[in-house]
Amino acid sequence: MRKNPGQAEARLAPLLLKEITGFAGLFDQPLRLMEVCGTHTVAIFRSGIQSLLPNAIELLSGPGCPVCVTPTAEIDQAIALARQKNVILATFGDLMRVPGSSSSLQQEWGEGSAIRVILSPLDALQLAAERPDHFVCLFAVGFETTSPTIATAVMEAGSQGLTNFYLLSSQRLIPPAIRALLANGMAQIDGFILPGHVSVIIGEAPYRFIAEEFGIPGVITGFEPLEILEGIYMLLKQKKEGRAAIEIQYRRAVAVEGNERARAIMAEVFAPVDANWRGLGMIPASGLALREAFSYLDAAQHFALPYVEQGDAPGCLCGAVLQGIRRPPECPLFGTQCTPEEPIGACMVSTEGSCAAYYKYGGRP
Amino acid sequence: MCLGILGKIVSITTNGLAAVDFDGIKREVSLMLCPEAQIGDYVLVHVGFAIRRLEPEDAQETLRLFREIEESYREEKPGAG
Repeated sequence: MRKNPGQAEARLAPLLLKEITGFAGLFDQPLRLMEVCGTHTVAIFRSGIQSLLPNAIELLSGPGCPVCVTPTAEIDQAIALARQKNVILATFGDLMRVPGSSSSLQQEWGEGSAIRVILSPLDALQLAAERPDHFVCLFAVGFETTSPTIATAVMEAGSQGLTNFYLLSSQRLIPPAIRALLANGMAQIDGFILPGHVSVIIGEAPYRFIAEEFGIPGVITGFEPLEILEGIYMLLKQKKEGRAAIEIQYRRAVAVEGNERARAIMAEVFAPVDANWRGLGMIPASGLALREAFSYLDAAQHFALPYVEQGDAPGCLCGAVLQGIRRPPECPLFGTQCTPEEPIGACMVSTEGSCAAYYKYGGRP
Repeated sequence: MCLGILGKIVSITTNGLAAVDFDGIKREVSLMLCPEAQIGDYVLVHVGFAIRRLEPEDAQETLRLFREIEESYREEKPGAG
């Protein structure tokens, strides 16, 4: 572990920035780098990295905010579930304020629905054990970082013999979303700052198509400001050398092969399915559904929850923002009708959303 | 949402749970996804699960490139830095 992170940053950040600025001057066009992950978005805004970078480098936020990409229809399903008699809905706190088509979980909670905010999927299991007279339903939202923990909870529910635990799976996978972004070609992206903690699980291989099929470099990057600068430096170095490869900056946490055990548990419990993303639409094999052996835990089936597709709120540019096509200030609702206190789109609800980060920290117009 | 917090394992119980110290705050963490972790190891924790054991040498690796850059500046300007 670093002993004097403050000192290291004070010494190394200017050197890295000097290198980055030198590289950036070599290109005729501004370079557009996408940070896929919402945790990166927050780290970049909080540390003011964008304002330190030369104008020739533009950072774009991508679709890696689970709360932002969960479609209204699935929020509505969670609300319908919370309204059922004898159901306790267990959810991560981030989802409470996301607007459904006519309500939110927070509003439902205020009106008396049994909704519990959990910090770990294991909290939902404990709740199920403590409340045998209720059905405890876990609203499972998250990417590959979270899915192995959900899968473990599913297996544990079986081994603990819990018969009152159910799952509403709204999980998403990152590489298919990147492929969808690149395939539609609307966002011009010169390099990817790839998610650190998703990669702890999936490793490097699932991203190779970005370099091999699309000729775009990617660097799996950590979340400290210096690590993000190093990730950007590594991307620019590849551009300068005319290379496109997937590299790992975040070596202290990411192994090339990822966490094989976590992936095995995930694969035992879940199968990839086509899934709808807010703003990106249907993406093949980008969601996770319970496999046949565990389908008796499927809350959507057990409680016969309808799936009614809903459009985004009129005027909301969340979809284009999530794809790096538009910036938050370009949205007519941004900062006027849509604020963190009264959000209209999910990108303003989540603290990891691009709009919320722009609103809180400011950014280039 | 993909937050990961670094903590140090202080004890392990038989049912795959560990007490992990996060800078002075102790929490129970599942080792199901990271069964190789031992007492004294640093682990990356996400929603109550250790998802990766950190090798001390990997932690050093983080700063490897920084040092290379720093060295290159030293070589350019002898005596500086």
